Amino acid sequence: MKLRTFTIGGIHPAENKLTASSPIIGMELPREAVIPFAQHIGAPAACLLKKGDTVRRGDLIASASGFVSANVHSPISGTVAKIDKGTTAAGYRTDTITIVASDADHEADSASVSIPAQILRNEAQLEALTPEEIVAIVHEAGIVGLGGATFPTKVKLSPPPGMTADILIINAVECEPFLTNDHALMLEAPTEIISGVRMLMKAAKVDKAVIAIEANKPDAIALLTDVAAKIDGRIEVMPLKVKYPQGGEKQLIEAVTGREVPSGALPIAAGAIVQNVATAYAVWRAAALGEPLIDRVITVTGPELRKPGNYRVALGTPLRMLIEMAGGIPENTGKVILGGPMMGKAIVKLDAPTMKGVSGLLILPMEQARRPKTEPCIRCGECVTACPMGLEPYLIATLSRFSRWEDAEAEKIMNCIECGSCSFACPSSRPILDFIRLGKSTVGAAIRARAQQPNK
Amino acid sequence: MNSILISIIVLGGTGILCAAILYFVARRFYVEEDPRIALVEELLPGANCGGCGCSGCHDFACACVSATTLDGLNCPGAGEEAMRKIGEIVGLASVASKPMVAVLRCNGSCENRPVTSVYDGAGTCAIMNSVYAGTTDCSYGCIAFGDCVSACRFGALQIDPETKLPVIDEDKCTACGICVKACPRHLIELRAKGPRGLRVWVACANRDRGAMAMKECKAACIGCGKCKKECQFEAITVEDNLAYIDYNKCRLCKKCVDTCPTKAIHSANFPVKRPAKTVEENKESTGA
Repeated sequence: MKLRTFTIGGIHPAENKLTASSPIIGMELPREAVIPFAQHIGAPAACLLKKGDTVRRGDLIASASGFVSANVHSPISGTVAKIDKGTTAAGYRTDTITIVASDADHEADSASVSIPAQILRNEAQLEALTPEEIVAIVHEAGIVGLGGATFPTKVKLSPPPGMTADILIINAVECEPFLTNDHALMLEAPTEIISGVRMLMKAAKVDKAVIAIEANKPDAIALLTDVAAKIDGRIEVMPLKVKYPQGGEKQLIEAVTGREVPSGALPIAAGAIVQNVATAYAVWRAAALGEPLIDRVITVTGPELRKPGNYRVALGTPLRMLIEMAGGIPENTGKVILGGPMMGKAIVKLDAPTMKGVSGLLILPMEQARRPKTEPCIRCGECVTACPMGLEPYLIATLSRFSRWEDAEAEKIMNCIECGSCSFACPSSRPILDFIRLGKSTVGAAIRARAQQPNK
Repeated sequence: MNSILISIIVLGGTGILCAAILYFVARRFYVEEDPRIALVEELLPGANCGGCGCSGCHDFACACVSATTLDGLNCPGAGEEAMRKIGEIVGLASVASKPMVAVLRCNGSCENRPVTSVYDGAGTCAIMNSVYAGTTDCSYGCIAFGDCVSACRFGALQIDPETKLPVIDEDKCTACGICVKACPRHLIELRAKGPRGLRVWVACANRDRGAMAMKECKAACIGCGKCKKECQFEAITVEDNLAYIDYNKCRLCKKCVDTCPTKAIHSANFPVKRPAKTVEENKESTGA
């Protein structure tokens, strides 16, 4: 059988899935959790507590402030030690709240995590939930897209008026090299995921769902196909040909349905809603266990790491603890990347906390960390061939470099999904995406300013 | 011989014919332009820097000629003398403007601000600023890739190889403000040049709380407020852990410069002071 994939561009980076067969290990809860209020796309959540307040694990600590925003909950029980500026992994300052657990709190939390959670709603009760109730649960639990973009899930489930979707696509592609967190989750909790998918289907009011998995995860495909067939015939598990960036929303919709999302439009314009598989699992946890989004599965990996693996980590845990759990930082480390090697960002602060959008932590040795020397462009067109959006990366990068913003906009710079295929494919190691990102932020700001002008 | 003659006649004839056509076309389609525009434009630097707010030097010249008052029209690049001459040409009184100069609000030299990470992405300040806080722990300070240097049309900016900070040549700086826009961290400010070039400013933009700021950079403003207390003219405000000196109120007493515990307040063009001697002299005089 010929496997489906997207048609334009794409690349094949080395998979390096070192932790593909590692089970999920629950990580010890931190004594001190630092929780930023901005863990999602949109407005930062508004703090509800003050210094000295006590919270229980799972309590709401900051509420969504606006339509595109998400609630934030406490990952541990304890006392609010401070509400102050903290440091993001990139070294910038952001508003955070620090919760410190006492010994008793810590023991009680650790004990509650180690035993199976109490079921809040059984199968029949989950079945009885209305779409509105499911959206409300998702909103209350502060669930955001766990693939990395952290777009509030509630917003995706509330399409603009007049637009309807007919298919829900569950993104279990995991096309980033090194990352295996979704893979591990699928092997561990297939029934829960299918239950979450069913709730998402109901909330999105669609009758069809496709769980898209790349063909390099045959065990997950077999397991989910089996479970889906037993529970709900409307859910199809679709293996896809391995190609990066298949996990991109637009690429995935095209691969699964053959439909193209128009330039500048939302996926709903093609009748599709895409949700990450970990998001579906988080929805199940919120609905069945009543547990908000306070932990997630993270792949901690790297060629030189002693114990790479998939860990269930409480949000707010310092990244340093994750590395220590995986055997400590190797001696010749050159770079620590938050996420995968393609779209992840190198970080400078290991004391920064784990956030909702962190899917992996990649530790690269020095020889793999540095960029090769930049050479002149030889006009080979490799970047054009690789671009999954059908753009001309060398051109828009050059236009951005020389501040020709109008021309860059005309060349559809805003369609770029920043997947990095161009920079990967470039034989001259040119920093193509660096300049495109700069152009995107400048052009984006200009477009927003233009949109506001008539209102004035 | 013959062929040379023919070619001279043909080429010469073509040239004369074209010249004639061009002459008549130029006469026929001549556009009447105020001759003063050209005169004004001659006085302008021709850098098209945009510091005046017009889209270029020609645009500015047109604006001057058609204006009813020169208030608000000022070319910082040309200088006061040229503006006076322009006023004479267009028959309007030139409005005296305060000479300004660009100053850098960062003193994070290599010595003050230890390097904590290595960056090897594309070498512009704007890109690095969008990626992360920078190669030092200070997320407010200068990145030193020189976006300001490449933006300057007058060659007034240069990166000092030792401190890795841009240095502003105040004689060449015309205060056009193009570097102010080029800096992604808004570290360059246009301030009054001051009498005889004397000026005082806070050379820091760090808004972190004192202890944090001090860890990041030895020369950071820690927002202690000592300078504010010292200032008799209420020229200094401290907001978000950062002091700011209002150059309209500052009387250049320089007390703040001496009191700043981190030496974050800089001064320019003051004569070199010998404080030890003055104190001794004072003692002697009081003793006597």
